[in-house]
Amino acid sequence: MIQKVLIANRGEIAARIIRTCMKMNIETVAIYSEADREAAYVSMATESYEVGPARAQESYLHMDRIFEVAKESGADAIHPGYGFLSENPHFAKRCEQEDIIFIGPSNALITLMGDKIAARQAMKQAGIPIIPGTETAIETIDEATQEAERIGYPVMVKASAGGGGVGMEVVHTEEELLKAIETNEQRAKSLFGDGSLFLEKQIEHARHIEIQIAADAFGNVIHLFDRECSIQRRNQKVIEEAPSSLPENVRLEMGEKSIRACKEMHYENIGTIEFLVDEENNYYFLEMNTRIQVEHPVTEEITGLDLVQMQIEIAQGNPLAVQQDAISINGHAIEVRLYAEDPETFFPSPGTISTCDVPTGEGVRLEMSVENNTVVTPFYDPMIGKIIVSNRTREKTIQQLARTLNETTIEGIKTNIPMLQKIVTQEAFMKGNITTDYVNKHM
Amino acid sequence: MNEVKASMAGSIWKIVVDEGDSVTAGQDVVVLESMKMEIPIAAEKDGVVKSIVKAEGDFVNEGDVLLVIE
Repeated sequence: MIQKVLIANRGEIAARIIRTCMKMNIETVAIYSEADREAAYVSMATESYEVGPARAQESYLHMDRIFEVAKESGADAIHPGYGFLSENPHFAKRCEQEDIIFIGPSNALITLMGDKIAARQAMKQAGIPIIPGTETAIETIDEATQEAERIGYPVMVKASAGGGGVGMEVVHTEEELLKAIETNEQRAKSLFGDGSLFLEKQIEHARHIEIQIAADAFGNVIHLFDRECSIQRRNQKVIEEAPSSLPENVRLEMGEKSIRACKEMHYENIGTIEFLVDEENNYYFLEMNTRIQVEHPVTEEITGLDLVQMQIEIAQGNPLAVQQDAISINGHAIEVRLYAEDPETFFPSPGTISTCDVPTGEGVRLEMSVENNTVVTPFYDPMIGKIIVSNRTREKTIQQLARTLNETTIEGIKTNIPMLQKIVTQEAFMKGNITTDYVNKHM
Repeated sequence: MNEVKASMAGSIWKIVVDEGDSVTAGQDVVVLESMKMEIPIAAEKDGVVKSIVKAEGDFVNEGDVLLVIE
């Protein structure tokens, strides 16, 4: 049984993990950088340790220091949250070597899913459709141009080691392709230490739909339905909801196929298989996230399950506490991510929050990492929190979300709230006509 | 003389010009990194880079001078 969890993360997700640990009577160890000394999550934990300067490389990504704290505090498990070290196989491996439970899948699976080309091949073998593209990294310019012709423009150039929208570019012509290969190869090399690129057909007017999976050490795998995450800016999600508005047979088939794939790969812990879905409801594997996701609360709201608790239980070797036929969808949930950024240019807006007032109430869940007088620093992701609204139907949920956003005041920095307010009152959004190009098309 | 300033707080990810280079207005001369995003900073006027004030990796605040164009 896990007694004490170190949370190798910050902000709202650190607070979220601490809350579940408290519920499970598990002690918590928070780590924080110089920039996060005053952060709310730090005082929520049983113990807290400063791990270094503001820069993530010297604090939240500093493995030696994190393991030092783990030993000193006597933590027997580490929860990596999302981002930072959560999908770093070396970190998972080091946990194993240091005899600390890593709350997540094995380093072998993290490695497999982190290599976009290997992940595509694994999913194809497991019976999940993949987007037409190169089966391996492109090696020569000739190969790239030939493959692009074969696949058909528009083509997406993607860094094999990339993620979160970094190292991706859509090209429409051979000329654009050559340029994109040059810039993205360099960028991928400097950012990820691996410059290999592959090509994929660009699915136009696609939806981004994902399936939440949970798998235990005994080979039991369940899905917790789907999430619709098409509303994005800069290739990052802004609004997510559950369930999606795809036809039920398609959604359930995606769930069943995801279960089969996870069984075949011997996946363990929770994970998310992301898909692109075209206008004819054909779905294609995009990537698998081997960690808790930012948008997990919408799944929790419609299923009544606690995904962090499931992660901890699986990591300590418990069988899944629920079976597929015991899980059903109750109502609808939508999450909006609050970003410290200009709502029109999407450029970051660090600064001091003078007022932070978000209304609470029945059906409104807040996962915030800021409050009055919080300084939003330029060192980390611009997300400052999330509002999750749930209600009986999608229509009622949207109405309640619009009211909640209208009553929300965040001052001192720019936020994306004006953009969110606009989207949730647009006809296309209300009708569920949402695709990954929504923001470009409607803003 | 024209100073190129940081448009927001962040760290300098790349300086894409050298001292003595000719630049034109609108050309990106520095790339800042703030909140995990790359923010290109362009020269406002044509000229020659006279001095580079900051180095790659430096942390800068909004309004800090990054380089001087003459």
